[in-house]
Amino acid sequence: MTGLRIYVPGDAAAAAVGADDVATAIATAAERSGTAVDIVRNGSRGLHWLEPMVEVATASGRIAYGPVAVSDAAAVLKAAIANRGEHPLRLGDPESIPYLKNQTRLTFARCGIVDPRSLDDYCAHGGYKGLARALAMPATAVVDEITQSGLRGRGGAGFPTGIKWKTVADTAADQKYIVCNADEGDSGTFADRMIMEGDPFVLIEGMTIAGIAVGATQGYVYVRSEYPHAIAVLNDAIAAARRGGMLGKSVVGSPQAFDLEVRVGAGAYVCGEETALLDSLEGKRGMVRAKPPLPAHKGLFGKPTVINNVLSLATVPIILEKGPAFYRDFGMGKSRGTMPIQLAGNIRFPGLYETAFGVTLGELVEDIGGGTATGRPVRAVQVGGPLGAYFPRSLFNVPFDYEAFAQADGLIGHGGIVVFDDTVDMARQARFAMEFCAIESCGKCTPCRVGSIRGVEVIDRIIANRDRAANTALLEDLCNTMKFGSLCALGGFTPYPVMSALTHFPEDFGAPPRLAAAE
Amino acid sequence: MQGPLLPILHALHEEFGYIDREAEPLIADILNLSRAEVHGVVTFYHDFRQKPAGRHVLKLCRAESCQARGSDALAAWAEARLGVAFGGTTADGSVSLEPVYCLGLCSVSPAAMLDGKVVARLDEKKLDTLLAETDR
Ligand SMILES: Cc1cc2nc3c(=O)[nH]c(=O)nc-3n(C[C@H](O)[C@H](O)[C@H](O)COP(=O)(O)O)c2cc1C
Ligand code: SF4
Ligand code: FES
Repeated sequence: MTGLRIYVPGDAAAAAVGADDVATAIATAAERSGTAVDIVRNGSRGLHWLEPMVEVATASGRIAYGPVAVSDAAAVLKAAIANRGEHPLRLGDPESIPYLKNQTRLTFARCGIVDPRSLDDYCAHGGYKGLARALAMPATAVVDEITQSGLRGRGGAGFPTGIKWKTVADTAADQKYIVCNADEGDSGTFADRMIMEGDPFVLIEGMTIAGIAVGATQGYVYVRSEYPHAIAVLNDAIAAARRGGMLGKSVVGSPQAFDLEVRVGAGAYVCGEETALLDSLEGKRGMVRAKPPLPAHKGLFGKPTVINNVLSLATVPIILEKGPAFYRDFGMGKSRGTMPIQLAGNIRFPGLYETAFGVTLGELVEDIGGGTATGRPVRAVQVGGPLGAYFPRSLFNVPFDYEAFAQADGLIGHGGIVVFDDTVDMARQARFAMEFCAIESCGKCTPCRVGSIRGVEVIDRIIANRDRAANTALLEDLCNTMKFGSLCALGGFTPYPVMSALTHFPEDFGAPPRLAAAE
Repeated sequence: MQGPLLPILHALHEEFGYIDREAEPLIADILNLSRAEVHGVVTFYHDFRQKPAGRHVLKLCRAESCQARGSDALAAWAEARLGVAFGGTTADGSVSLEPVYCLGLCSVSPAAMLDGKVVARLDEKKLDTLLAETDR
């Protein structure tokens, strides 16, 4: 086809606000006006308040329009054909929009740009250069480069990826596995989903490099069932990679074999925990395993296994392509490189914002995110999913960095930021954290299984103004028991949202407010 | 295929909308597992229903980002509109209302999934329009 190339995101967030209907409407309008069009269902650029954001290829680059409704389709097509700047939804060159322009897109370099189902498009945009370099060097050197890059696991725990790979590489076995954790259960996060839907080949390439580096020939991507779009795109991309000789018995004609399979979760948050995920992959209940043994020694089916988050693996190709120093030069302290941060909740400019570590929470929420969508004052911000702490404005100077967040009694987790305005009731948020833990607990340890149910009851009594002081002390005790007596972070970290709500917003629990810190 | 139990359960669930008790011993037989093991897996995962659902399934996100955009009020409204609590199916069997904890659509909260189709930036009016389509 050589028609007018029009990009309408097939990303689930865009689809959820009407992108599929917009694509159909544009196709219909084109047919009616006798215009040949070539509609590409790309990923999302991540400027989600502008979705559905339609882009049109022109001689001088792409021109974006958004947010486009079905009723705008015909007029947008007309404006696109005329290529004049008069349509009210015309945004111009999407890469000149400050929100996108000011980002440092390394992991997300191609997301929203390429056709996610086209291997040719991926290669035309620099894809598979990392693998080519990896194949030309000894496996140990590949592992060394990942270590030197300073890349840490983006799934939440921030463990150095290179060290994990080295452990698997150094463990002799007849079979090893690469498992991609695409369970993305944290509320407020969607970066894994966007990569799988917008640039799946970068994940496939990253997993292939991991396989070559540690000597694994089989990989699995464990995707949550809530992500049907991601599952479909990923399956198509894997099939295309196989056809193109990038997966299979001989990866790009080399003696190395590597293949991939997608497996679908079944709606259990705890299956994002790596050992529960492995049990689930094996077809069991998703129960957390005691460590040791580490998955790196005895993982899937008892074999040495690399298990990494989608973003960790999707960052591998650019590190191999450009070298570890290129990546390591971004960031601060021990947080090297960039983080795809996800801005969500009550925020004016929600979306995906990839930037070097070191940006402050205040910059993210106020300057980049534009404050609340409702226009009311920001009151609390939860960072790092349902197990992450709630931050008040007085902590907005904390830089986005693993250690700085830990020091502020929080965590960056998978990089999700959920903003709440001043109508939020923090006692209710604390109650929800306990309730969520009770719903999702795998049931192995008592502090988590029973403690969370008690936690809901205690918070209910505080909310009902029954013996507040004693119940608040009880809640603190309970949090300590959960923190130190739980096997995994579901029970162990639920105290973060609960205690941060209590510490920073005591007035919502019927206690006197904290002395206003410098705001 | 290694570890085939979940893929098998997904396929059955897709076909029938739930996992019939009667199917458990059959699966157990094929995979050389005990019936209790299969039952344990079926009951562990929120996705697997043990009874048929309504003709339509509405999964409304109850997690934090959607809460920040008013999903609690929307959930209460949906319960009233359908006359059914979360986890239930309307008397006429048309709609099952289920909670879901994040659909990865947090940048366009509040979000839901109706029969596998994602919908977001929801409000009462938009949800009412969607539910009206299921009434027909
Ligand atoms: C309850 C719980 C849920 C988790 N959910 C996820 C998840 O959805 N995705 C993920 O990548 N890691 C998740 N993790 C972290 C994983 O256990 C593990 O640290 C991660 O997969 C390692 O990959 P990484 O080093 O690349 O981050 C979760 C941990 C816990 C305790
Ligand atoms: S803390 Fe909770 S989820 Fe984690 S192992 Fe214990 S019971 Fe299971
Ligand atoms: S919190 Fe509702 S979609 Fe993520």
